[in-house]
Amino acid sequence: MAVASAAKFNTSISPTWCPGCGNYGIWAALKQALFELNLEPHQVLISYDIGCCGNGANFTRTYAFHSLHGRAIPPAVGAKLGNKNLAVIAVIGDGGAYGEGIQHLIHSARYNVDITVLVHNNQRFSLTTGQATATTPQKTVTLTTPFGEIKKPINPLLLSLDSGASFVARGFANDGKHLTELIKAAVNHKGFSHVDILQPCVSFNKENTNEWYQNVIYKLDSHKYKADDLIRAREKAEEFDKNGKMPIGIFYQAERQTYESQIPQLAGEPLYKKSLQGVNCLVKL
Amino acid sequence: MDKEVAIKIGGEAGFGIKVSGLILGKTLFSAGFKVFGYSEYPSLIRGGHNTYQLNIAKNDVLSVTKKIDILVALNLETVELHKEELNSGAVIIFDGLKLDKSDFSGVNLVDLPLTDLAESAGGALTRNIVALGAVMNILGMDLQLFNQELEHEFGDKGAKVVTMDKKAAQLGYDYIKKFKIGAYLKKEDGSKAGDYIMTANEATAQGMIQAGCKLYVAYPMTPATSIMHILSAKQRAYDLVVHQTEDEISAIGTAIGAAAVGVRAATGTSGGGFALMVESLGLAAMTEIPLVIIESQRTAPATGLPTWTEQGDLQFMIRAAHGEFPRFIIAPGDAAEAFYMIQEAFNLAEKFQLPVIFLLDKLLSESDFMLGDIDPDKIKIKREGFINDDELEGMRDYKRYELTKNGISKRALPGQLAGVHVINSDEHDEYGYSTEASDMRTKMMDKRFKKLEQMMADMPEPQLYGQRNADLTIVAWGSVKGAVIDAMREVEDKRSVNFLHLTYIWPFPAKRVKKVLENAKNVLLVENNKTGQLGDLIRQETGFEIKNRFLKYDGRPFFREEIIKEIKKYI
Repeated sequence: MAVASAAKFNTSISPTWCPGCGNYGIWAALKQALFELNLEPHQVLISYDIGCCGNGANFTRTYAFHSLHGRAIPPAVGAKLGNKNLAVIAVIGDGGAYGEGIQHLIHSARYNVDITVLVHNNQRFSLTTGQATATTPQKTVTLTTPFGEIKKPINPLLLSLDSGASFVARGFANDGKHLTELIKAAVNHKGFSHVDILQPCVSFNKENTNEWYQNVIYKLDSHKYKADDLIRAREKAEEFDKNGKMPIGIFYQAERQTYESQIPQLAGEPLYKKSLQGVNCLVKL
Repeated sequence: MDKEVAIKIGGEAGFGIKVSGLILGKTLFSAGFKVFGYSEYPSLIRGGHNTYQLNIAKNDVLSVTKKIDILVALNLETVELHKEELNSGAVIIFDGLKLDKSDFSGVNLVDLPLTDLAESAGGALTRNIVALGAVMNILGMDLQLFNQELEHEFGDKGAKVVTMDKKAAQLGYDYIKKFKIGAYLKKEDGSKAGDYIMTANEATAQGMIQAGCKLYVAYPMTPATSIMHILSAKQRAYDLVVHQTEDEISAIGTAIGAAAVGVRAATGTSGGGFALMVESLGLAAMTEIPLVIIESQRTAPATGLPTWTEQGDLQFMIRAAHGEFPRFIIAPGDAAEAFYMIQEAFNLAEKFQLPVIFLLDKLLSESDFMLGDIDPDKIKIKREGFINDDELEGMRDYKRYELTKNGISKRALPGQLAGVHVINSDEHDEYGYSTEASDMRTKMMDKRFKKLEQMMADMPEPQLYGQRNADLTIVAWGSVKGAVIDAMREVEDKRSVNFLHLTYIWPFPAKRVKKVLENAKNVLLVENNKTGQLGDLIRQETGFEIKNRFLKYDGRPFFREEIIKEIKKYI
């Protein structure tokens, strides 16, 4: 039981991801972050999308809710409202976060519910052989875009910044140490936190490879960049479109009251523990 | 009084017609009469034609009639639209309209200066109250209880408003004396007919609080929205949370997430919103999370007639979502049933760890029912299916989806030390891990369906109203109940009719329905839809085909006279 390492977050099932998949790096960073946060498996609920990252539900030993495509956030919100003592994380791919279920990202950011959304962004629907998603760059050829993607991709960081997220960060799957710190900061943040995680897909994304990322990525220097300014955060979020450089780190973090903390009924015991008995609400004429 | 009286108030939306009607209803209810209130309105904020009809009787009254005795016409359109509904000897109260007397033979035309009297009472807004004062006079009542009701309704607006309203009522009451219209009602001794008047939505909301529902997640949609209004207003007093989401997809998903951590949670909507929830209905089923979903039907498909009624979604509820899984469908027939059955819904959802669909419609959601002898303690909260920490820790091997005899396995809740597992939308093994193995797939499907046997045993059977051996057996479900029971009462002297009413509709109570129908002399199906969905279901589940079908799908409920006329066709 008491394993003094991140290995306590392993189940008996080994990952089925492709060798070299960015999911391994994200998985390791997630487990390490939980470990360093002194969380035990039973104190964490991870709500998973489906797809490659969603399969992590079977490999990662915490309470897991393996949901539907695009629908990992609503159960995460419900779980947090129901049991505020849980650390609640949603693990989603770019398809589920920025395509199918985009409204849930926007609105939970707006509500500022205290959950963390980790997006495995490999710019493809990889489990289904690599079709284009909302983050696939224009002109990219995939099975569904044989003549090149026409649509402009979404900028995920701008999206959550404009939606009111109180914590917005970008990490890289293959920089485990940096990503671990980001996830720790995100989970520790009181309010809605969004970490977009750049992730190579060795099988279906031949453009945005590990080497490609290594060339464009640089880390935000916390001495030079202060993450407390929304306008500056927006500028940083647009940097890749302007000069081809891709900063990683915390773009924006603000103190904002969480949704739950403003609901008096959620004070005291967690909702699931509140007594159900002894209510007689019928109002006589 | 033996005769029932029907009063209709009509005018433009924004005139406060429903509020006025309800004040009158509550007054008469307090005086010992039974009442049923029915409102019609278009999907508009201002303008458009609104009505509120009150049926008042000494005996039970559960339905609306087509014919009326008193029409309060706040505009000309009301007279034009409803003049065909007037009983002989009926009264029209109006203000200065140029009506041609020859068009209204046998009708008392009462030109009452509503606006003038209202202004002399202190404000033109009291027009409706002037009219109600006049109605109270026609009914043969004094204003004592009416004034009490005004205090109750407007007390929070201050003494000045109440005084003005009382004056307005008195002016209307006195003015109409000169028309010398006979009193409709004999003054009763003043013992209340029951304790409550409420819509099925109000009853449902109150039942939810009673059942320990701690989270209601929804997106507004007529006619389900008032459940959200009521719970929102009461949430702090009763320690529950109402959460409005970005859409219905999120509403059901959020409710499932809360239910997964042990909260009694529910969501609610109408058919269109339910269509969006369908995806996650299967999620609740596959993950075996208890969930109560309220669906108040309105006239469909698509936007349909947003503020009108229909029973068009029964088959949709039974088949909604891809794949096969057990579920409950409960369709109460009135507000009292709604109050009790919604509480049962929470117990059943938790016991069997599956979705329970609670099916209402606009007629139920927005009509005012009287409730006598309601026992708030009748349905006990039964929390089942959990496993405590000691039990868990004593186990080597907790299996969330353990294959058990009855298909029900115990739930460890996220947060419990020794219960860590996957709540899985993928087909899964006993621990919750994803599997595509053929034998486990078969076993898990069988596990979920094993619950059916106990589900059937726990469900109350459909009720047969009336004598056992009748010449005609009417079959209906949900909201049609009131019109059928009232119609039966009116024909019972000369005709023998009984009525099989289905409320717990799925799993289908095939044995009981088959037995009743096979022993019936003649059977008539009555449904507020186009295709006779219950009729088809009965044929599917019992092989019994009901040939006589009385179906209505014009957005209106069955008026009692229509049922009576239909009964007379057969016996």
